[in-house]
This record gives sequence, structure tokens and C-alpha cells, in this order.
Amino acid sequence: MKKTWYAYPYLVWMTIFIVVPLFLLLFYTFTATTEEGIRFTLQHIKRVCEPIYLMVLLRSILLALICTVVCLLIGYPVALILANKEYSQNKVLALLFVIPMWINFLVRTYAWMSLLGKNGLIDMVMDFLRLPPVQLLYTDHAVVLGMVYNFLPFMVLPIYSVLAKMDKSIIEAAEDLGADYITVLKRIIIPLSLPGVISGITMVFMPAVTTFIISRLLGGGQYILIGNLIEQQFIVVGDWNFGSAISFVLTVIILISMGIMRKYDREYEGGAIW
Amino acid sequence: MVGRIIKRVYLYLIFLFLYAPIVVLVAYSFNESRSRGRWGGFTLRWYAELFRDTEVLRALYNTLAIAVLSAVIATVIGTAAAIGIHEMKRIKKVIVMNLTYLPVINPDIVTGVSLMLLFVFTKPFTQLGLGFFTMLLAHITFNIPYVILSVLPKLKQLDKHVYEAALDLGATPSYALRKVVIPQIMPGIVTGFLLAFTLSIDDFVISFFTTGSGVSNIAIYVYSMARRGVNPKINALSTIMFVTVLALLLIVNKRMSKDNPKVKESVRSTTHHLKKRGLVKSPG
Repeated sequence: MKKTWYAYPYLVWMTIFIVVPLFLLLFYTFTATTEEGIRFTLQHIKRVCEPIYLMVLLRSILLALICTVVCLLIGYPVALILANKEYSQNKVLALLFVIPMWINFLVRTYAWMSLLGKNGLIDMVMDFLRLPPVQLLYTDHAVVLGMVYNFLPFMVLPIYSVLAKMDKSIIEAAEDLGADYITVLKRIIIPLSLPGVISGITMVFMPAVTTFIISRLLGGGQYILIGNLIEQQFIVVGDWNFGSAISFVLTVIILISMGIMRKYDREYEGGAIW
Repeated sequence: MVGRIIKRVYLYLIFLFLYAPIVVLVAYSFNESRSRGRWGGFTLRWYAELFRDTEVLRALYNTLAIAVLSAVIATVIGTAAAIGIHEMKRIKKVIVMNLTYLPVINPDIVTGVSLMLLFVFTKPFTQLGLGFFTMLLAHITFNIPYVILSVLPKLKQLDKHVYEAALDLGATPSYALRKVVIPQIMPGIVTGFLLAFTLSIDDFVISFFTTGSGVSNIAIYVYSMARRGVNPKINALSTIMFVTVLALLLIVNKRMSKDNPKVKESVRSTTHHLKKRGLVKSPG
């Protein structure tokens, strides 16, 4: 049965709406329009490397890394507990963990605005405890908090799915041979769950480094991450060349981090989500 | 014993962290007082204001229209593409599948701005300004790969001898396709459609960059309001969105419990895909 031509409309569609736009992005990144016409240039990429923009880039990566580490520290025990015998039969618990993922991302971020803001719930609690109010909204802490809140399930679920599939008899064997819980955790559970950990790290780091909603809503108007910089260049300033150059650099960062993760993934073999 | 209690407390704390903001959000949507610090009594005022706001109603209409249209078109193109890709030779298949994964892996913001570049760049030729139609095109584009990824596994499970038998018995290829292949891959198609519909309703980033001049969907509306600070009307809108999602989940679960294996299968794989999508990429 020769039906390959069924895919042709799709191929045409994807060429127009995926391939051509990416080439346009490259085109804008590496050209400048002068009086003599369009010419090749590296000036936009050079501009991204100016200290002021480099700082934005570094801050985005730093905040995303902090978020990833916090998610791992909080999320690993959660996955461990959920995958445990007593809880693994509990469908409601698993569902309760998945429901927040169904809620629109903006709504989840917005929810924190009323908690953190002036006269918000946290201020009220502090007031009740006769402590001075803390201004959390529009700070670094609020942005990291928003990221952790939004991306925690992306860390827990891949680790959980690897842990749930793990052969429990290996753990029993280790226990029979006299290993205590810490040793089992260190020598068996954690090494075997590494593919899940790696997927989790990728899935938290990538959206965290590209976000512009969390920083805009919880970080305030003047708070700039790489995503905000791109938004600003395209929506407000209208400097497409520079905007494209930043998007290009961002894509390269994503590809590099994905390459590193893939490499580790292959070393630990299988079990990963993708 | 102590370990057990610690585990339980830890889990409850995590659930508190996950749900407290949402509970507070819902509670404030019924708060008479505009200031968040005080409880001014129960009211439905913000909901009434929301439904009187023509901007919200227009955004709701845009969201639903684009979700339905983009899901239908993406399902048609994507299903045909999956059938075609399934028949391809190895090398060609690998190339096409990599193309398919491209928008799935690429950050939303990069897909968004590159589509915006395309639409603005081609405007002199197509006379097509940023608005409803460009947003629809963008949604179809990011939906197609998910339809393909839902249908392909079903095609792989398909017994190709059944199709050949139909041909031997005198069916034309297109008749056999309609009567033999399509019914068997139907669960995958339904899954793909539901997935596309959900992703379209949920999308903010790509819509944000591919729309213009006053055309917005619900997500863009929420963003533009939230940017200006907390507003009880957004709390009301968010509550409605949350309740809708919960209701959909319950309906899906109920349909699952009825003994309809086909629906059950499609629903199960939808949730699976949604989870997977959450794992592959997240908006924002």
C-alpha cells in the first residue's frame, strides 16, 4: 500500500510554518539592513554579549538552576513516598498530584500574587504572629517560588514513574544481605532512579530558563529575564534583529543543555521518558 | 512508625503548598471587599461583572472557536500525515519524525516569535495582519505533531493483513482505508483531537506572539489584567476555569468507569499523553 503522499499536505504545512520561520529567525539574527541593502553581520550576536545583556542571561540561568535544585530536593522525597508500597495503590493521591498540572499556567502564577502581595495572606499571617510584614512580591524569591510551584510536578512525575517501575526484589535482596535503609537508598534506589532524575532536571530547567510570565507577574515590570528581553524586543521595542539574536542564543543554550542531558541519559540507559 | 508519620506530614505539607494558593484564589473570588486583607462578606458580584464584560465574552468566543477549528483541522492533516509517515522508508521516516518533534522540543517562546516573524514578513504578499486567523494558523501548527504522535502508535499495532484481505476481496484502496484502517485507529484519532483541543485552550505564549490588534483569548486576557495587579474579576474567571477543568476530569473518569473499552482506552491514553506532554514541555 503506497500512501506516503498522504503526508504531503503535512510536509508542506510544516515547511511553511516551522522550517521557514526558523530560517527567518536565523536571517534576522545574522543580517542588518543598511542603506546599501541587506548584508551579513555579527553585530546583533555581539550585542547579546554586552555586559548588561550577559548579566540578564546569567541571571536567567542562575535562577533556573536554583529552581531546578530546589525542585529536586523537595521533589525526590515526594516521588519516593508516592512510589512506596503504602501509597502506590492510592489513586486519589496520584490524582491530587496531577490536578494542578491541568490548571492553566497563568492562573497558577496569578494565584501567588494575592498570597504574596501587600496585605496578602502571608502579610496577614505575619501580622497575626506580631512579626513585621515581608515584602515578597516583586523580588527574586517570589520568582523562584513561582517557578518551583509551577514546575515541581515535572520533577516528581518522571522520578516517580522510574521508581514505581523499579524491581522491588533488588531492594529486598539488599535488605536480606544486611543493608540498612540509608545504604539501600544510596547504593540502589538513587543510582537506579537517575534516568528519572535526569528527565526531571531537563523538564524543570528548560521551561524555567525560557519563562517570561512568572518573572513578569511575580517579579514586576522592571524585572528582566531572557524571556522578558525577547518579549520586549518583539512587542515593545520592535528591534527584530536583536530579538532574533537573543532567541537564537536561547535556542543554542537549550540545545547544549539537552545534549548534555542526553549524553547522561544514554550512559544510564533506558527508563527515561523521551 | 515515626518514619511513617514524618512521611505523611511531608506529603500533606506538599499538598498544602500545591493547593493553598488555589483555595485562596477561589475564596477571594467571593469576597465583597476589593482589598485582599479583609473579608467583606460573600458576593457573586465579580461573576456578574465578568459576564457583563463584552471583552471577556469575545475572548471566550475566540478561545473556543480557535480550539475547535484548530483541533479539527490538525486532526485531519495529522491523521493523514500519520498514515503517510507509517508507510515511509526508514531514512525518510526519521527525517520527517525529527521535523515533527521540532515544535514539541523548541521552547514555546521561540516558536511564537518565529511564527510572528513569518506572519509579519509575508504580510505585504498575503495582506494578512496579525489577528484571529494568524492565531488559528499558529494553533494548527503546534497541534499537528501531537495528533501524529497519538495516531502513529495505533497504526503500528494495526494488522496490515486485514487491509490486504480487504483489497483481495475487491475493496478499492480508499474504501478499505475508510472501512478497515480508520475504524481501527479511531481511539488514536480521538485522543489526538482531545489533546489538540486541550492544548489550544491552554496555550498562552504562542497565541500572545501571533495575535494582534485587540484579538485575544482567555489566557491573553488574564495576562493583560494580571499584569496590572490583583483584580477580583480575574479571581472569578480563574475559578470558572479551574471548576471547568475539574468537571472535565470527573466526566472523563465517569466515562472510564462505564464499561466501554474503546472510550476507556482513548481516555487512558489521553491522560497518559497529557502527562507526557507535561513532561516534554510546559508553557511559559
